Amino acid sequence: MIRSTPQVPVTASVSRLMLHVGYALIPGTAAYVWLFGIGVLAQIALACITALVTESIVLWLRKRPVAQTLSDGSALLTAVLLALAIPSIAPWWIIVLGTTFAILFGKQLYGGLGYNPFNPAMLGYVMLLIAFPLEMTTWPAAHSLLDSAPGMQASLNAIFSAGVNVDAISAATPFDALKTQLGQGIDIPTTLAAPGTGSLFGHVAGIGWETVSIGFLLGGLYLLFTGRIAWQIPLAMLGTLAVLSTLFYLIDPAHYADPLLHLFGGASMLGAFFIATDPVSAATTSRGRLIYGAGIGVITFVIRSWGGYPEGLAFAVLLMNMAAPTIDHYTRPRAFGDQG
Amino acid sequence: MMQPQRTLHEFHGGLQLEDHKSTSTSRPIEEAPVPAQLVLPLLQHIGNPARPIVSVGDTVLKGQMVAEADGRVSVPVHASSSGTVVAIEPRDVPHASGLKAMCIVIETDGEDREIETNTVADFTSLSPDEVRERVLSAGIVGLGGAGFPSYIKLNPQTFAVDTLILNAAECEPYITCDDMLMRERAAEVIAGARIMQYALHAKTCVIGIEDNKIDAYAALQQALADSDDIELVRVPSRYPAGGEKQMIYTLTGKQVPSHTRPLEIGIICHNVGTAAAVYDAIMHGEPLLSRTVTLTGSGIPQPRNLQVRIGTPIEDLLSLCHSNTGDIDRLMIGGPMMGFDLQATAAPVTKVCNCVLAIHTRDHLPPQATMPCIRCGECANVCPAQLLPQQLYWHARAQEFDHIQDHHLFDCIECGCCDVVCPSHIPLVQFFRFAKTTIWQQERDKHKSDRARGRHEFKLERLEREKQEKRERHNRKKAALKKDTDKQGDDPKKAAILAAMKRVQEKKTTATPHPKNVDHLTPEQQQQIDEVDKRRAEHKAAEKEETDKPS
Repeated sequence: MIRSTPQVPVTASVSRLMLHVGYALIPGTAAYVWLFGIGVLAQIALACITALVTESIVLWLRKRPVAQTLSDGSALLTAVLLALAIPSIAPWWIIVLGTTFAILFGKQLYGGLGYNPFNPAMLGYVMLLIAFPLEMTTWPAAHSLLDSAPGMQASLNAIFSAGVNVDAISAATPFDALKTQLGQGIDIPTTLAAPGTGSLFGHVAGIGWETVSIGFLLGGLYLLFTGRIAWQIPLAMLGTLAVLSTLFYLIDPAHYADPLLHLFGGASMLGAFFIATDPVSAATTSRGRLIYGAGIGVITFVIRSWGGYPEGLAFAVLLMNMAAPTIDHYTRPRAFGDQG
Repeated sequence: MMQPQRTLHEFHGGLQLEDHKSTSTSRPIEEAPVPAQLVLPLLQHIGNPARPIVSVGDTVLKGQMVAEADGRVSVPVHASSSGTVVAIEPRDVPHASGLKAMCIVIETDGEDREIETNTVADFTSLSPDEVRERVLSAGIVGLGGAGFPSYIKLNPQTFAVDTLILNAAECEPYITCDDMLMRERAAEVIAGARIMQYALHAKTCVIGIEDNKIDAYAALQQALADSDDIELVRVPSRYPAGGEKQMIYTLTGKQVPSHTRPLEIGIICHNVGTAAAVYDAIMHGEPLLSRTVTLTGSGIPQPRNLQVRIGTPIEDLLSLCHSNTGDIDRLMIGGPMMGFDLQATAAPVTKVCNCVLAIHTRDHLPPQATMPCIRCGECANVCPAQLLPQQLYWHARAQEFDHIQDHHLFDCIECGCCDVVCPSHIPLVQFFRFAKTTIWQQERDKHKSDRARGRHEFKLERLEREKQEKRERHNRKKAALKKDTDKQGDDPKKAAILAAMKRVQEKKTTATPHPKNVDHLTPEQQQQIDEVDKRRAEHKAAEKEETDKPS
């Protein structure tokens, strides 16, 4: 066969890229386990198994090479991201259902990796959130909030045994608490000062969650500085979120959360570095990525501040996924030597 | 010599590649022996193939023209040693297609007898036109790899040339022929550049050299020590710094507009090897008979640069470097980025063949499975033409040739950077070449069908015109006839019959021929005629009897 490809060793590969994204998730995940228990590891394991099984079956049905495709690591990454996105004490069928949906409808039905217009993990997440709002909003409490941290068995029971009362080990997330209180006419300073709800907020942005976010930030910076993700999306997204939240916080601190809570309290860090940067469903031009990232920042802020859901990142990502092709079309770089 | 520092401009993208250059620069350039057979392809340049002006059996001398330029974009080919023409036939040539092409094959006699050459002491004694004429008849083409006839690029036409750039970047890994040429023949390169500048009336001349060529830079600097007419500029070593448009941008900050030549913005770019060849052609009257070729790569035990006669089979060079073809995994002509695989080692070195790259089987790069594009955008980050290779790829795959041209496919310089960084191992450049050739083919077909349609339309028009004329003739006749019958009477039919009958009558009367010259006959003559007539009548009667008889 005639080769016309360069005689230069090519080091980059999709599976290596996915592997490094996986490495980068370690600090955040470790903090998660440390502060919220090992439930999340069980979720990750369940998600990975489900993803591999689902993808294998679809590939077999589509008569595609199974081993080669699975080895690209993209299905596993989707599984891990979804497992990190859902509450770690959700029952097992939640993650199984969500992962199956994400792989099947989010990815393979469009033609597999590279062809999916939406971020599969976020598609799975949003499906779960709409279909199972209760399970999807029962978040684990940071162990430091509890009298005694639940043991391994108790954490796993919440996932695998039906009828376990999870109230004992769950707590509202900071955004949850704010939304509920604001709904009852209690403004933010009061909520923060109250003994019951105030303890949820930790040092700056939610007890436990702030540390997990810092873990994801570290991992994200690793990806950024090793050139594995484009800087435009996380910078534009976090920047927009910071600017908007600062602006509204300065105008009305009683009703708008402070910027640190926006950046470190919710899914912002995981979203900015690991979800919004999914290249397949994001915009691909430099300018396009800035617009795309900024769009996610704006929509996230809007939903958090005025929407019906306490967290809006997943919706923001999906909405901007839809806009990505159009953004790319209008942000094509000027070719070298193009006068027009 | 002190010159103001030139501001350099950084082109977009590109790659920092391992250069592998030092392996082939440890020895000086060696003269390769004259081979037993020289294979001279008629097409070693861009344009029309040269036309052979020798026949099989002719004895040729070194430097003798064996094929002449055919048209404007063409250059002649010369015998690079003396001998006998033994064949003019299709032979293996170094080309990506692997197809054979017409070559003049010369069996050398080992004597290397030369034609007479005329030297010039001062090139300014020649007019720029004469310089171009001599560069053309020396068969010089761009030696950097493109092979465009150099005499055309020495003609400013109606443009004012501001800058002549001498491209000494040699940015592809492994290749060192320009590097070694500059080290060993710096003065001649500079002299060649001055001739070029003279022919172009170029205001300034700049040599752009990658900063990894320390020795070559020093050699040029020394050659320029006593003069300040040529500016020597080091450019950062980053592939493809030697791409013409990239080099122009780096040195001048000007972008060559799409679909135009640098000349239109007052810049001309020549390779350093070409400058040396111009020097030889003008000062010594020597046509382009040899070039420096780098033989390198792990498959070559003794990598080096050779001064090789054009037409030397590549297998001769490999054996000269003690290379065992069995160990070679991949044999390429050109560099590892833009070179192509050589199909047959019998193929000769041509004017544009700058490097023979042999990769040992131990350095085999296993082919990597192509995965779907994940739109990571790495390709766009490294693209020196600032294109979106992944978008081009989608359109190429879908064969959407309109869209792909909107994405500036034809600004792609095929440097291969996108191929190297693609995590999905998609052979992007291969797709782009495919798209380009398909579009060219479509345009050729369209042109052809346009011409055919034109011819067809012309034919239809002609037929219609003829029909029209016939109809008009017919109508005129009819009208005339009508006039006639109008005179004759009321019944046109009757009149027509009458007229016809009259014509028949007339014909009958005129049908019996009157004998000519019988007005003033003497009685003897009349008698003779009567006798003849009688004999003829008798003869006719007899003949009639004969034919009437049943046989």
